[in-house]
Amino acid sequence: MTSTALDAAIAADTLENHASKSLLRFLTCGSVDDGKSTLIGRLLYDSKLILEDQLAALARDSRKHGTAGDDIDFALLVDGLEAEREQGITIDVAYRFFATEARSFIVADTPGHVQYTRNMATGASTADLAVILVDARHGILPQTRRHSFIASLLGIRHVVLAVNKMDLVGHSDAAFFRIVADYRAFAEGLGFETLQPIPISARHGDNVMSRSAAMRWYSGPTLKEHLESVEIADEREAKPFRMAVQWVNRPNLDFRGFSGTVASGTIRPGDEVVVAGSGQTSRVKAIVTHDGTLPAAHAGQAVTLTLEDEIDVSRGDILARAGERPEVADQFAADLIWMQDGHDLMPGRPYLFKCGTKTVTASITELKHRIDVDTFEHLAAKTLTLNEVGTVNLSLSEPIAFDAYADNPETGAFILVDRLTNQTVGAGMIRFALRRAANIHLQALDIDKAARAALKGQKPAVIWFTGLSGAGKSTIANLVEKKLAAAGRHTYLLDGDNVRHGLNRDLGFTEADRVENIRRVAETAKLFVDAGLIVLVSFISPFREERQLARDLVEDGEFLEVHVDTPLAVAEARDPKGLYRKARAGQIANFTGIDSPYEAPDNPELRLDAGNRSPDELADEVIRLLATRRYA
Amino acid sequence: MSFQRLSHLQKLEADAIRIMREVAAEFANPVMLYSIGKDSSVMLHLAMKAFYPSKPPFPLLHVDTTWKFREMVAFRDATAKRLGLDLIVHTNPDGLAEGINPFDHGASHYTHVMKTEALKQALSAHGFDAAFGGARRDEEKSRAKERVFSFRNESHGWDPKNQRPELWNLYNTRIRKGESIRVFPLSNWTELDIWQYIRAENIPIVPLYFAARRPVVERDGTLVMVDDERLPLAPGETPEQRLVRFRTLGCYPLTGAIESEATTLEAIVGEMLIARTSERSGRLIDSDETASMEKKKREGYF
Repeated sequence: MTSTALDAAIAADTLENHASKSLLRFLTCGSVDDGKSTLIGRLLYDSKLILEDQLAALARDSRKHGTAGDDIDFALLVDGLEAEREQGITIDVAYRFFATEARSFIVADTPGHVQYTRNMATGASTADLAVILVDARHGILPQTRRHSFIASLLGIRHVVLAVNKMDLVGHSDAAFFRIVADYRAFAEGLGFETLQPIPISARHGDNVMSRSAAMRWYSGPTLKEHLESVEIADEREAKPFRMAVQWVNRPNLDFRGFSGTVASGTIRPGDEVVVAGSGQTSRVKAIVTHDGTLPAAHAGQAVTLTLEDEIDVSRGDILARAGERPEVADQFAADLIWMQDGHDLMPGRPYLFKCGTKTVTASITELKHRIDVDTFEHLAAKTLTLNEVGTVNLSLSEPIAFDAYADNPETGAFILVDRLTNQTVGAGMIRFALRRAANIHLQALDIDKAARAALKGQKPAVIWFTGLSGAGKSTIANLVEKKLAAAGRHTYLLDGDNVRHGLNRDLGFTEADRVENIRRVAETAKLFVDAGLIVLVSFISPFREERQLARDLVEDGEFLEVHVDTPLAVAEARDPKGLYRKARAGQIANFTGIDSPYEAPDNPELRLDAGNRSPDELADEVIRLLATRRYA
Repeated sequence: MSFQRLSHLQKLEADAIRIMREVAAEFANPVMLYSIGKDSSVMLHLAMKAFYPSKPPFPLLHVDTTWKFREMVAFRDATAKRLGLDLIVHTNPDGLAEGINPFDHGASHYTHVMKTEALKQALSAHGFDAAFGGARRDEEKSRAKERVFSFRNESHGWDPKNQRPELWNLYNTRIRKGESIRVFPLSNWTELDIWQYIRAENIPIVPLYFAARRPVVERDGTLVMVDDERLPLAPGETPEQRLVRFRTLGCYPLTGAIESEATTLEAIVGEMLIARTSERSGRLIDSDETASMEKKKREGYF
């Protein structure tokens, strides 16, 4: 054979073999400087995946940024961002790929610094196994415990404890076994099915791809051997059938299919399926794919199902077998990792909630406790900040179908998205449904809002006055109410200070209490609108999100936001209640405009330039708005 | 149960299809960047599978620098016609008017005007809120850090230090008007996966990937194909017929050929397995500076 023909034969073999290899996804984690990136660099280098031009660039970079003297600094291979190379640290998850004769691997290299814990959780969410690195000189560090805990929380059941830098402790077996014992002691409760300790030196390659001559006392597998042979059961296949409908496939009037990825289980033509939310049932007519119809669809496959009957199915629905349905609820308990920098979790604040292919609105009704990820203790907490983990109760705007995360991660995981910034702020894992949701059904009433409003001959509405303390909100609202009453309108005025003396007297002025304050007022305003009234609300209501919440509670067009826009200097000069003086003197904390922010509305229905006009003129302006919208 | 039913390639396929369906379901106006190369060919094939029996519910967009190989353009038009898909071809009219070319203006400026700026023009003009790209994380180190759903601000820029966490298969698709998401369904594929999949699925690719006798000139160790008469020849420089092929395809003056006898997929992979340089080393635009890809991506490059 010529050399080209030989290469082609080897290549054909490689292609066949590569096609049928199994895939293992793992992440490397551990404290900063424990050598995670160096290990991955070593795996890639020893798998011959670093090519000449990359090696030349690496050698150049090593001299410029490297920390390995004249040696090649493998960390620079994976730290791909400029900022990372300059600072010599890993900031974000990097995904790397290598293959051995036995398996293909996707590696998530995750950051070790505390402030990037969320990125570690990101890498863990798609991994089957975690390689937790420990520096042989330093042993178990807080970050080792933290990463082990988060790996466990996200459902990782297989762990390699890679005790690295063995060369720096003289390849001592005593050092290794001491660390292993320490680790086993605290990892006992974390539910790992396999825990394989391996003494390695990533820089020199000992026990990574090949056995170390320096550590003959170690008789276990090398890292490569273990990664190639560890059995990761794909349990999804054995679980009940679930498929979240992702996209309704309608190429023409004669075809209506439901496209999605089988999350777990198996389904065949003729099998009965139920739409979990509505309870409607049908049978699978065909499993349609570009490669032809299939006799069965298995966990992990992306397919399109057609059904025998014309039932109502849309994106977000979960298809299941009638006898093995997921739970359906609008309230449940969950573990939550907070991921947003600068904005803490606000119980009561509405967030977007995405689980499977369904997105609804959700708020945290109760923060049961925060979990100290170093001691695993449960601590009382009023909020969660970046990288903190807690157990919460959530309430959704509508029921969804789900499974507990421990039973089925595909149907039990969710993310929270901030509605204004669109940032992903939290990642959660559902524990169980709260039964109270199932037992409280809305009572349908015969006399409804329209009937009550008709009796009063008016259109109900919320007029929401927002602005700084001393802006003139209450004065203007009071005048508006007088003018409305004179015109024969039925009204009610909810005033911030008055409500705080009654309904909300248990609340203080922290950000969390302010959110709850507005939530209660918004709900009260909604009840009054339901009673057919024109409700005037006069509250500082400094946060956009809560005003949005109030707006969302009533119907479109029923909410009129009036920004009483008085410059801070003017409001402070007025200081009708002497509050600014006290705030400046440090006697009142969290005072809006002084040490707590006021978020002005972006698009209020009306902005009152209230700095230098009389309250009466301003009230007339509100009345004119109401007239054009036919409320007054 | 302790077996994995799907091979790694089947998993990669299913993941890519899931990503594409998510975009179709959640965005108002998506588009697929079609660069005619092998990765684009795989991505397009996956789209045909993802939505079958429907057609992919988005058009293809090709940013034509006017310096693509002629065979690429012919292949592009034939592919769109064969699959019955809408194809949008956009060239930066300003760059065209100014006669921006890779010889007089340098590879870097040329790429910025005719690719990055052109792409931004097309995305803005059509108001696309999501754009698929065929980039893979194994290609380049800043790509290895990028999300599958990669957020772009109003000016199409990428902020590598402020990426949204991306957990499980739950993609955050929320954007404000003017912002967009670049979506990379092939993120976790390697070059070997791509070739394997092309072979397994019999996906048509541009013939330039296979060895043939082609007219080339050698410049600083790079073989540049004389694809048309616009390539300025230095005094005494004469194109010669050599047996060459391309590992990656871009603008012909900027894409180096390699000497090769590989006329089959197996032979290509055979060469790849013993190759000692990465596939992008043939791309003259990548080696300008160490972090050049990250810089270009911040500016809106794919």
